Formats: sequence, structure tokens, C-alpha cells
Amino acid sequence: MSSTIMRRILVQTADFDTGAQLACLEARPGVGGIASFVGTVRGQTGGKTLTALTLEHYPGMTERALTGIAQQAEARWPLLGCIIIHRVGTLPPGARIVLAAAASAHRQAALEATGFLIDWLKTNAPFWKREDFTDHTTNWVEARAADHEAASRW
Amino acid sequence: MKILYFAWLRERVGLAEEDVTLPAHITDIAGLITWQRDRGPGFAAAFAPGGQVRCAVDQEFAGHDTSIAGAREVAFFPPVTGG
Repeated sequence: MSSTIMRRILVQTADFDTGAQLACLEARPGVGGIASFVGTVRGQTGGKTLTALTLEHYPGMTERALTGIAQQAEARWPLLGCIIIHRVGTLPPGARIVLAAAASAHRQAALEATGFLIDWLKTNAPFWKREDFTDHTTNWVEARAADHEAASRW
Repeated sequence: MKILYFAWLRERVGLAEEDVTLPAHITDIAGLITWQRDRGPGFAAAFAPGGQVRCAVDQEFAGHDTSIAGAREVAFFPPVTGG
């Protein structure tokens, strides 16, 4: 019945409406639980104040990688829908960066699949973050070992 | 072959992408990285030994032992930090 799964993968500069996106999952036949994760731009990091976060990606490969991650989630859990929306470009503090969401008949699959989607996205999709600070310094964010540990638990 | 650079690798080499014709003896990513180091100070800094260079061959993540025979597109970048 894989033809009934809704899969939405978007890489875009524009913001997204979290409520409207989740409503699309709620509307799917048979859905009994929807889980979601929204990532936003932190205004403070390492004791410094951020002016902007710039997200660079690898056009073409990014969509392939995100589709692959969604397919993995669909293979591991009985999902009725999943959404990955990731913004690129320059974003201010507080802006939404990413939405990962999954819908299933019951909560456990939705919650676990959402955790998987965001953990794998962080380590297996070609995005890079650059921080601009109020003191006019910039920094390319370094990958964290904790992110790889989180991804490897799946 | 097309070579792409992202994030701080792009800044260090001063290029987002280029078309190169490689010497015939370069057959894998490790060989390509060694070749890159001799292309000037920016390349030497970007591909310095012990660095955190990751890569993709034809838009699939690839290890340094991956063959580039027949590859159309190779990309170099730091470890990913999305989400």
C-alpha cells in the first residue's frame, strides 16, 4: 500500500507554515498520530550573539539525499506520510530552518520516525551552516560527534 | 570532469566549480586530493593532510578510496551541518 504514503521533500528559501504542513498529514486516511520537529536559528552560541545564519547546500544532491532518508523511514516504520522541509539562504535569529514530520496510525511509529528523520538529516544531507556574529566575525559550524552518535542509534 | 566545492572549502580554493581534465594516473578520490594540494596555496590549505574533507561522487557520499573512473561530477566539502 506504499502508493498511499504522502511524501513531501522541499528545499527552499521561503519560510513554511508548520500548522498548514501538519494539517496535510492529519488529513491522510488512517492517520492517528503525527509527530514533528522544527529547528530554528539560535540567537546566542558560544557566548556570542548571532546576526544571521547562512545555509549552503548542494543543489541536486540535497533533494536526492533527503528523498533517500524519507525512503529509509518509510521502510522502517508503517508511515502514512512524512515531510522534510529545509530552508537555505541567510536567516535571522528565531527563523525556522527545518521541519521534519511523520504520520502513522499510532504514535510510536510517528515519534520514532521523526527522530530518525532529523537525526539522519543532520549527518547524511549536504547542508552547511555559517554563523555571522555581532562582532563581525563569521564561523562555519563544525559537525558534532553527538550528532553522529544520535544518528547511529537508528 | 566537473569539480564542485562547498562551504569553507569553496572559500579556501576560491572556486565554486570548475571543469578539469585529470592526469590518467589519478583513479580515486585519494589520488585526486593529493593532486589538488599542488595547485596553489588555497588548494594546499583546503586539502591539507589531517583535514576534514568529505566528498561525493556523482552526488553520492563517497569515501577517499572511491574510484572516480567514469565520474561526471566530484564534490568536496566539510562534514555536513544541516538540520
